[in-house]
Amino acid sequence: MKHIIPALIALLACGGAAAQARPDMGKFLATGGVSQVEGAGGGGITPWALISGYGTRDSWGANAHYTRLATQDYKLDSYGMAVGIADRLELSLANQEFKGSLAPLNLLNIKQDILGVKVKVAGDAVHEQDSWMPQVALGILYKRNKGVGGLGALGVSNVKQLGAKDDHGYDYYVAATKILFEQSLLLNGTLRATRANQMGLLGFGGDQGDSMRLMPEVSMAYLVNRKLALGAEYRRKPHNLGVDNEKACYDAFVAWFPSKNFSLTAAYAELGDITIFNPKQQHGLYLSAQAGL
Amino acid sequence: MRHFSRMAWLGLLLASSLAMAQTPYADDATYVGLGGKDGIRKIVDTFIPLVLADPRIKDTFADFDMVQVGARLQEQFCEFAGGPCKYTGKYRDKTMDGVGTVRDMATVHQDMQITNAMFNALTEDLQIAMEQNQVPSRVANKLIAKLAPMQRVIVTK
Repeated sequence: MKHIIPALIALLACGGAAAQARPDMGKFLATGGVSQVEGAGGGGITPWALISGYGTRDSWGANAHYTRLATQDYKLDSYGMAVGIADRLELSLANQEFKGSLAPLNLLNIKQDILGVKVKVAGDAVHEQDSWMPQVALGILYKRNKGVGGLGALGVSNVKQLGAKDDHGYDYYVAATKILFEQSLLLNGTLRATRANQMGLLGFGGDQGDSMRLMPEVSMAYLVNRKLALGAEYRRKPHNLGVDNEKACYDAFVAWFPSKNFSLTAAYAELGDITIFNPKQQHGLYLSAQAGL
Repeated sequence: MRHFSRMAWLGLLLASSLAMAQTPYADDATYVGLGGKDGIRKIVDTFIPLVLADPRIKDTFADFDMVQVGARLQEQFCEFAGGPCKYTGKYRDKTMDGVGTVRDMATVHQDMQITNAMFNALTEDLQIAMEQNQVPSRVANKLIAKLAPMQRVIVTK
């Protein structure tokens, strides 16, 4: 990751210069989406085909986000940044930190870095209102789990000791997004090939399965007005680990865009039980802020 | 075969987008929602000063006869919204050659170097004009749905 960050910044610098020196903030409000929990432009839990930020095809845009999801017994913090170049290419970087608050997992701490690349390959979700053709994008998320803290008493410091086959892995996805102004709706469907357990926080692959599985994700939002959207999302996830009875997650959200420089998203998220050692269904409040230029 | 099916797919896409292009609403719900002819006139009367004050686009309109532009916009919004109007689509050009060549939407815009950011800025000003005239957002979005595809003709840069 240490080598990736300077390389990424260099790439951003030349990509940005190639388009335009200053961001044009030229897209419609809200049409860059918000920062989903793995750092890509999207909804709360699902990457969309929209390119993050407000740069049009002649320009670029960038933003940073901070997200906190707190359930009864766990907390997930995520922060990161994303750059959209020429409304075509999106690069994102996120750092996730997952913490437990209930004994014996009260010291649990798992960190993960996620590097994302997304390319728009077809369509225009916003302007092509006379056609059903959605905007389509392909994306890759590279995830590297940085280890497990707080389970030293059990001798566990790596997700592989919890049954995962790997501590790093790739998600590949194709996303299709359409804004239907006539209905004031945004629709998104994403198909993701993944081996990740709880997004990678519990590693990749496991005793119950180790192959790439195709998982559907859907989002729908009603555009209440120019600055406000209400929606819901559903994301299927694989079940690879014996110690984690992993389930689909879903959320209902409200996203507020007071300006193109700032947005706030609040959601109620249902995550299922995270480990067989705590069978309680985990749900709670998701809050995310994004600031950009 | 693969090549053929891709061509067929593209052809189908093109055909479907052409078939759906720029057809006004068949019913007048959007027209009524905008407040009829009076409402549309008020929206355009709010819209044009917003455009002329918008640093992103005001220079583009420097040489335009805005009274004429306003009249054309009223016709166009009314027709798209399903109202009893006909967009003539003819702009009498007084600045280019001084003799009054009549031009259509595409030729008016072809040399203007309009970017996506400018097209979107104009649309945003229209959204704000509708907000200021208390047009419900779901109605405003119906008009935007008809105008957004014009990006293909208007954005030439």
